[in-house]
Formats: sequence, C-alpha cells, structure tokens
Amino acid sequence: MVAETSRNSLKIVVVGHVDHGKSTIVGRLIHATGALPEAKFAAIQAMSAKRGMPFEWAFLMDALQAERDQGITIDTTQIHFKTDARDYVLIDAPGHKEFLKNMVTGAASADAAILVVDGHDGIQEQTRRHAYLLHILGIRRVVALVNKMDLVDYAERRFVEVRQELLAYLGAIGLAAADVAVVPVSGRNGDLIAAPSPKMGWYTGPTLLAALDAIPQPVAELDLPLRLPIQDVYKLDARRIIAGRIEAGRLHVGDTLLFSPSSKTARVASIESWNTSGAEITAGAGKSIGITLDEQIFVERGQVASHLETAPILSNVFRARIFWLGHQPLRSGARYRLKFMTNDVEARVEKIERVIDTADLSSKPTEAVERNAVAEIVLRARAVLALDEFTTSPRTGRFVLVEDYTIVGGGIISMEGYPDQRVRGSVKSTNLTPVEDRVLLADRWRFNGHRSGIMWFTGYSGSGKSTMAMELERILFSKGFQVAVLDGDNIRHGLNADLGFSPEDRVQNIRRVGEVAALMARSGTIVITAFISPYLADRERVRAAHRELFHEIHIATPLEVCEARDVKGLYRKARAGEIADFTGVSAPYEPPPSPELVIDGSKETIADSLARLVAYVERVFAIDEQTLEPPYSI
Amino acid sequence: MNHLDTIEAESIYIIREAFNRIDKLGMLWSFGKDSNVLVWLAKKAFFGHVPFPIVNIDTGKKMPEMYAFRDRYRHEWNLDLVIGECPPIDEIDPTLPPATRSAARKTEGLKALIKQHGYNGLIAGIRRDEEGTRAKERVFSPRGEGGKWDFRDQPPEFWDQYNTEFPPGTHVRIHPILHWTELDIWRYVQRERIPLVDLYFAKNGKRYRSLGDKDITFPVDSQADTIEKIIAELETTQISERSGRAMDHESEDSFERLRSDGYL
Repeated sequence: MVAETSRNSLKIVVVGHVDHGKSTIVGRLIHATGALPEAKFAAIQAMSAKRGMPFEWAFLMDALQAERDQGITIDTTQIHFKTDARDYVLIDAPGHKEFLKNMVTGAASADAAILVVDGHDGIQEQTRRHAYLLHILGIRRVVALVNKMDLVDYAERRFVEVRQELLAYLGAIGLAAADVAVVPVSGRNGDLIAAPSPKMGWYTGPTLLAALDAIPQPVAELDLPLRLPIQDVYKLDARRIIAGRIEAGRLHVGDTLLFSPSSKTARVASIESWNTSGAEITAGAGKSIGITLDEQIFVERGQVASHLETAPILSNVFRARIFWLGHQPLRSGARYRLKFMTNDVEARVEKIERVIDTADLSSKPTEAVERNAVAEIVLRARAVLALDEFTTSPRTGRFVLVEDYTIVGGGIISMEGYPDQRVRGSVKSTNLTPVEDRVLLADRWRFNGHRSGIMWFTGYSGSGKSTMAMELERILFSKGFQVAVLDGDNIRHGLNADLGFSPEDRVQNIRRVGEVAALMARSGTIVITAFISPYLADRERVRAAHRELFHEIHIATPLEVCEARDVKGLYRKARAGEIADFTGVSAPYEPPPSPELVIDGSKETIADSLARLVAYVERVFAIDEQTLEPPYSI
Repeated sequence: MNHLDTIEAESIYIIREAFNRIDKLGMLWSFGKDSNVLVWLAKKAFFGHVPFPIVNIDTGKKMPEMYAFRDRYRHEWNLDLVIGECPPIDEIDPTLPPATRSAARKTEGLKALIKQHGYNGLIAGIRRDEEGTRAKERVFSPRGEGGKWDFRDQPPEFWDQYNTEFPPGTHVRIHPILHWTELDIWRYVQRERIPLVDLYFAKNGKRYRSLGDKDITFPVDSQADTIEKIIAELETTQISERSGRAMDHESEDSFERLRSDGYL
C-alpha cells in the first residue's frame, strides 16, 4: 500500500444549474466512500425530520442555518473523502446565478470538475455558463453527470440525447472529448454513484467514483520555464533572503537568475531553510523558498525571476479573456488594479473586444461588460510588466482585477497581436542599459495609454469652439483620456487678465496660451484650446515651436452664421460700435491654409462634428509601440 | 513534492503574504495542535524567526497542562507573547445557550485586545474540515466593525490572489491552514516532531481530540497513546473532531452565531 504521507490528492469542484442536484450528489459521494461521520449523519437525519422531510443530503453541505432556510447553497464548502486510488477534496459550488463569485472561488482551485445536469430538464443556462468558466479557469477534466435518471424512467434514449447535447457544447468551447466522461446517475436513489445499477443495465461505462479515479493525477509544472515571483525580501542576521514560491519550473544553487522587468541578473548562492536535514541545492514548482544571491542587486516584490533563455514577456499591453464579477459594469477606459503573481499595478481597459454569450457562444461588440458576463478585452498598464501567456504558463498567465478593495474579475492573458517589448540581446549582457532616471514623454504616454498634444481650435466668435471643446473634453475624459481645455474667456480672466484686444495684446495672448498648452501637453495631457486666434502668424509661431504636438482645427462656421447666432450679443455690440477690434467686424480673421481638420458648424450637427473630432483624436493620439521605443525624444 | 510539502508551501506563502501586506499583524496561539503547527509554519516561513506578536486570548479556564505548555514554549520558541483577558460571563449575551455563552467570552476578549493593540490582521489556525461554518471561510477574511463576519456576502478569492487591502476600520483574519485536515496536522506533527500538550494522548481509555476551556471540553474514548496510533485511529474514525466541544452542539446554529459575531 502507498504510504499515507505520499498519497495523491485531487480537488474536484461540483458545478451545474440550480436545482439539478449538486448537493445531493455530494452527499451520496461522501456517504458511499465512508467519509461521513455517524454523528453528522445522525445530525442531518434529525434536521430533516424536524423539517418534515425525508433524509436531505443537501443539508450536509448547506451547513449554515441561512442556507437551509433558503434551500440554496450560498458559498462553497469543502469536504474530504478517499477511495483506494487517492484522496479527494470536494468543493460544492452554488448554482444560483447571483453566486457566481463563490462558484469561481471554489472552482478556481480545482483539478477537475463534476458537471451535474438534470436528465429531465436537460442543459440549462448555468450548465453552459459553468462549463465555459471551467474552461477559462483552466479545468480540463470533466465528469458530466446526467442526474435524476429516476425521473425519466432510467431511459437510455433520454441519456443519449442529453449526452449528445453536452458533448457538442463542451467540444465547441474546446474541451477534448477524451477528457470528458458522461455518467447517468440518480442522486436521490444512489444509482451508479459507486456501484453498477440494475435499473440501467444498458449502461456499460464507469460509475461516478470509477470515472473520478480514472482522472489522471495532475503534475506540478516542473517542466515549464522557471518562474519565481518575488514575494518579499527579508534581512535576517547577515543574510538578505529573497522569498517567494516557485510557480513553474525548478532552480538550482549556482543558476543565473534574470529578474524582470528590471532585467538585472545574479546567481543563486544558497537555498535557505529551517528545520530541514542538510542544505538544499534544488527546488521545484509549488515550493515556497528563500534564496540568497551572490550579488547585492536591487530586488523587490513584484519582480519575477527566471532563467536567461526563458524569460517572461515584457509588455505594458495585453489581450485577456475575463469573467466579470463586479456590481458595476466593466467599462472601456476605466482603470482597475491589476494583480498577477505578486505584482499589483494600475491598468486601463483600452478596449472591450467582445462579450461572449455562453448560451450559444456568439459574441457582440459592446461598451460595457455586465456582472457575470465573459468578455475579451485589451488592458494597458502604466508600466512595462513581466508576464506570460496563459497557454504557455497557466499559473503566471492569469490575473485578477480589483476595484474598491474587492476582486471584481479574473482573466487569462494572450499576447495575440502585441509584440514582446523585451529588447533582444540586452538580456544576456550583465552590463545592461542604464534605466533613464528622468521621466520621458514616451513613458507618460505609456502611463496614460495615449499620446498628448494640442488641439488648437481657431474660428470666429460664436463658431462653436467653446461648446465643442467642452463637449469633446467630456467625451474624451469618459473614454479614459487625460484631457483639459484652455478657453479664451477663462484665460483672459486669469493668466492674461493684463491683456486687451489690440493686435499687440492678441499676439501676446496667443503666445502665452501656446506656451501653457505646450507645457501641459508635455506633461501628458491632450490640451484643447478654444481661442479665436485670428492671425495666421501667431498660430504658425506656436506650431513652429511645438511642431510635433500641434494640431490645428479650423472651426469654419461662416461669419454670417456666427453673427446670426450671436449667443453672447457681441456682434450686435460690435456693429453698434460698442466693441472695438472685433474679429470679423472690425478686425481681420486669417483662415488656416492647411489645417489638420476642418469643422463647419453650418454644414453638420454638433454630434457629427464631435464624432469626427473624437475619431481624429483616437487616430492621431493612439500609441504605436514601434515609435515609442527609446531613444524616442521630442 | 508530496502532499505535506505541498500544503506546507501553500501555508508559508499565505503567512508571507500576510506579513508583507498587513501592517499590524499578530498570530493567535491557543497551545492546541493546530496553532502549534501554525507557529511552526511561521518559523519555517521566516527561517526560525517569528516576526510578529503571538497572541493568546486567555479565558482563565484552560487546563493546567496547557498553561504549562505555554510557559515552556513561549521561551523555547522565542515568541513575543501578548496575552489578552476575557470579560466575566455576566457581561455576555444571556440569550446564548450556556456553553456557547461561555465560549463567547473569548470573542469579547479578542475584540478588546484587537482594539487595545490596533491589530489590522490576525492569523488564526482554523481548518475547513473542522466544522461547517469554517468550511465557508476565505483565506483572507475581512471583518467589519466589531469583528462581524458577513458570511452571506464574502468577497471572491481565487488563484492565490487574496484581498489584502480594505476600507479603513476593517480587520482581517488570515487562515493559512484552512485547507489542512485533522490527519494532515497529525502527519505534519509527526514529520516535523512538533511538541504538543500530552492531553491529546490517551490515558485510561480517554483522550482529547480538540482542546478548549476545561468546563466545556470533553475527552473522547480512545486507546491512542502515540502519534502513530492517533493517525491510525483518525483514518477509520466516524466521530467528528469537535464532538467534545459543547458549544458546537447546543443548538443547530449556536456555532454559527458565535462565528458571525467574531469567534474563531
């Protein structure tokens, strides 16, 4: 017999639609394996009798008073049983839709799943949703139970129908048929749980227990590239110990480790331990270790150690498939805390690619991901991260999103369409490129997820500059852009309060506005200026000084239209001679010969104008990683 | 790695997370087998040191053997021991059944100590397989004002990403051995040679499976007077671990009421 301390253990999650009989299956399973203490059995008997029910297996898992009264499992519970083959930990997951977060909490740690389907009612919404989540959670092995066979007279025909539908769906979401067993059972009567059932003589496959025992034992990820996320650094006695758990691969004393994303390297001097026999010289996946290095390099929590040749990807942007648990929908442009391995950074939802309907696997574009939905998104972090794709390193290729202190979603990483930003060739060098200690504009752009610059609106008074500037600011802000408006009236009350409307003062006014706008733009903001700025030479001076930031937008609403609107009554006053030097009436306006964009308020609605402005901003201020590579400077 | 190595590594990871993320941290120690394993795991996590206070809530009603154990190992293990007092029984909710009410003294003592020392987090050695409400716990389990546990709306927790930041006023319980079973504890005690109070070993046909206050904790029938025999006994027993703990059994929800109010 296998020594008890080295017995294998398998974690199983039980999922499925509400009322399809999950808890009853669990009760049957642990009774059949002798794991139910007699005291507990007697207690449940007493509870059932008190409520005037026959023996209610579900009471076992629904141990809390509140749950018994509501008749649904609120949270996951875990229970242990064993067969001759190995030990099992059973996680009973709730089926009620509202409790998805608990199902995920339970299922995420499982090695395999039991998917319970009511043989009478067939596959339902949550059957599909749970199956789909198992797939995202990385659970490949499934024993699907067609339960309540007693309600369909143990009919083979019905079993075959449900099995076909199940296998079709599981196949469509990428589960291999070889990894799925389908067993007809009756939880209520105990058929085919642990022993063959005479009522289903037509069935020749394994019982539930036999199907579980047939699941191969998962192996630690020893053969994958080494990943040691740094959890902490302890200074003990004279030792400086780097602590963490090896998530994949193995390391040996003497190995050269690469720390990402800092790209520093050092060799493992020792593996530290307490109360073990003799010094360890090697450690593998799953082990929490402490190591010392041969060099005093700067290492901190959040970095990940690997070998040189098999380093993680460096990127500040990645694609992800997520499940969303937040009470508020996930929105494009919103920022969340991104936690993966031991790292914790802020990230912005750059794009929601699609929301996936788990019922029919169709997808549709959307602006928001609702609670309990599954979606594909693009996330952009403020800094370059060391990460892995889920398909190559499952434990380090997944993450959670946090909002207001609570985990609101989980996801798996794909780099499809995004390049590894690690500069090849520099990795193996011990004399690495020194990190720039000043903040580059490109870094600010990465941080914000967009470029910055000046959207210089020019046009007559009343052409719609201020209205459109304010509206554009609101829209861009809601999309997650760093944006600000410099408006003529506001600036003239403060910064330029000393200036009038003489040609000299106008020149000075525009010069100052240009300098302020450029300062703001260089700090990463998209600045929208809304000034008449009538002189071509003034605008060209700003453009020449800040060529790479300057975008001239001609708000070309004709003078007659502006004058007819006369929102502020200024044209009337100017015509009456009460205002001197009024552009279009008593002072010239020089239209731009080749503006970046022309908006004519007399030819299109404000909404159409704004749509064109937003499209322009999204196009020209988008980040192109190629052009952000150092030594980019402006 | 075998099973014990795996669960040991998971527990060490959790203890190190707590130490890194929680600024005012303590570890509860009741001198029982589970909390001795917990202290042992802390020493493993920090290479022989325990870098936070070890907290004991003293009901004043433990068995003499337990106090003797405390006085010996607080020194031998070099622990920074903080002892908290419990209020007298007449200050406790009289609607609770008697043993439950007695156990609730510990909750009040715990709350007072947390307040006095300003702990943001306490590491506790509860296990899922002990009892139904503990089975529903999170590894990092936030408590609201007054230590209340809202088991109906617990935050999600998966992929070893624990909730380690909380709104001001929140207190967190950390449960590093939540995933261990009673048998795991004994096999680990055996492997690591962790000292235990000898009340666990049978004398005259009785032994304690779980230790608590002397007036509400009772021994079970057993001939197991060595670790090997205890392990053999547990492999076949049908008796619940906490069957000798009176407050679990006074009414259907007595332990749940204790726990929602902040009991361990």
